[in-house]
Amino acid sequence: MAFTGHAAAAAPGRVPDTIGQRAAACIACHGREGASGNAAFFPRLAGKPAGYLFNQLRSFRDGRRFNSDMAYMVQHLSDAYLLEIAEYFAGLDLPYPPVSTTSDATPAMLQRGKDLVTDGDRGRGIPACTACHGTALTGVLPAIPGLVGLPRLYLSSQLGSWLTAERHALAPDCMAQVGKKLTSGDINAVASWLALQPVPVNAKAAASLPGPAPMACSGMTP
Amino acid sequence: MNDDHQGESGNGNNNDNDDEPPRSLLRRIVFGLLVLITLVSLIGAALVGINLLRGDRVADNAQPAFVATAGQVERGRYLALAGNCAGCHTTRGGAAYAGGMAIDTPFGTIYASNLTPDSAYGLGSWSSAHFWRAMHYGRSRNGRLLYPAFPYPNFTKVTREDSDAIYAYLRSVPAVSAHNVAHALRFPYNTQAALAVWRALFFTPGVFVADARQPADWNRGAYLVDGLGHCIACHGTRNVLGATEEKRGLSGGLIPVENWYAPSLNDPHEAGLVGWPTADVVALLATGTSPHGSVLGPMAEVVYQSTQHLNEADLTAMATYLKALPAVASADDPTAADSAASSATKVGRRDVGAMERGNRIFDQRCAYCHGDVGQGAQDAYPPLAGNRAVTMKSPMNLIQVVRHGGFLPSTAGNPRPYGMPAFGHVLDDSDIAAVLTYVRGSWGNEAEPVSARDMMKR
Repeated sequence: MAFTGHAAAAAPGRVPDTIGQRAAACIACHGREGASGNAAFFPRLAGKPAGYLFNQLRSFRDGRRFNSDMAYMVQHLSDAYLLEIAEYFAGLDLPYPPVSTTSDATPAMLQRGKDLVTDGDRGRGIPACTACHGTALTGVLPAIPGLVGLPRLYLSSQLGSWLTAERHALAPDCMAQVGKKLTSGDINAVASWLALQPVPVNAKAAASLPGPAPMACSGMTP
Repeated sequence: MNDDHQGESGNGNNNDNDDEPPRSLLRRIVFGLLVLITLVSLIGAALVGINLLRGDRVADNAQPAFVATAGQVERGRYLALAGNCAGCHTTRGGAAYAGGMAIDTPFGTIYASNLTPDSAYGLGSWSSAHFWRAMHYGRSRNGRLLYPAFPYPNFTKVTREDSDAIYAYLRSVPAVSAHNVAHALRFPYNTQAALAVWRALFFTPGVFVADARQPADWNRGAYLVDGLGHCIACHGTRNVLGATEEKRGLSGGLIPVENWYAPSLNDPHEAGLVGWPTADVVALLATGTSPHGSVLGPMAEVVYQSTQHLNEADLTAMATYLKALPAVASADDPTAADSAASSATKVGRRDVGAMERGNRIFDQRCAYCHGDVGQGAQDAYPPLAGNRAVTMKSPMNLIQVVRHGGFLPSTAGNPRPYGMPAFGHVLDDSDIAAVLTYVRGSWGNEAEPVSARDMMKR
């Protein structure tokens, strides 16, 4: 399709030549600080590790993640531009909207979620989320995302898509290994508990893992 | 036939006292039918036979060893980009030229084949003669007829020299042991006989014949546009059997399944290029944008994967050829026979409620970038007022753009494009129809409203 404008009735306007303006299309769905309410499926981008955002943008473009709108948006964008977009959103330091304090999850389910997040399940070979996503669950540089400040619906759908192999990452794809060990009950519990956690004052990703990595992961070497 | 005959006789027997005449009439009819069927079958068989046995055999042995020069490999890499071979033969993020991409057609799904030098699944056992036969005659290594989703009706015009260069290049890419996926086509399209008939009807092997009356760059452009570039695959119309109608040229076509409309390249009301300076056509193909317009959708893919990689001389040649296409209004172009009266009628037909609703949606969702009177923003957001991509007959692309949004392609000349959000999850079909009706009918735009029916074509 070629947009072929002839003389317009009014002179065209001007917009700033900034990466923020160029990436404004992202804001329409994701919001600047993260979406909420009816649009709660769209995850916040601001402040996430640039390596993580860059990997996800490339995964949408290259067929490792399958959200059709996202695939459509980035399908003809270069690595250099995707990295610039990733760095732009990573560099935004914006307050988090208040986290929901109510949930229809049962106390037992929330406890199960908390146990999985903080301790994992050694018997089933599931590492604690905190082992890789950081003790404060705000992510770890260079490319592991935070898990707090995200909508429950988004968290459960992403964990579910690891379980059903609809989401992939570059090898070694650590979350694919973890995700396949989760049950839908685990996922519901983890997402429910995470969605209730307040975002710490310092919401930035940690510089390093709290301990030895439980498994090899492309998120540690973007 | 026997069953039919008996059934008919049974009916005849209902005429108790008048048995003989209908029976003999029936016999004559049946005999006539049989003769007709036999004749049709014989003609069909002859066509199929001619197609299957035509003298395009390749001697499997006695091929001199093919020794590619470095220049040939580089030339082939370039030509493979000009033909956008990877557009089908490389999956998203997949190994280069390893095939496997599903191409949906109205006849079923075709899977692109592995073009890497893998000896089991790729071109490892192909000679340059096999490859040329595929390009020129549309046959696989074993002589099997290929589906014209592989655009050999265009590639047949590619020279042997260029075919050999592409072959040399494909032999140089890493071999990938990826097996080919069987096509999933419906009967009868899944038969070689159907393909033979199709070819007899619609395919003639050809060579590119330069037009001596035209300058060299026009001829070069014609060779690229009509040959490797296979522009007609999208910008042409297709008949019910999926064959491109060459006599209608690049006069626009709805891309099957994808539901994007590739506008006419010779209609000034669509994407005709007569009025554009050559440099702007070159800019559009090289960068995805130009002072007159930019590309989205399938054409963004063409620019991203193919034309941005072509040299300026070739792009200029293509522009020269495209600009020289005889200007023809497309058959269903309303503005071709436009008059003030018919415009006024159209304005009258626009639903006032839809226009008001569209206006509200526009102010809320669109005006921020496209301007409150559709004036756009310089070098960032296209104007909607007086934009023929907005006012052309088919609203399909507008619907796609509003639903799915998108960025222009990243190219060397426009590495950081601006983008449009997807509105498909915040605007429902009637919202989109209303806002597009408003956009097509405001600020001097006089295009037809977008109907609920338009929205249902997915």
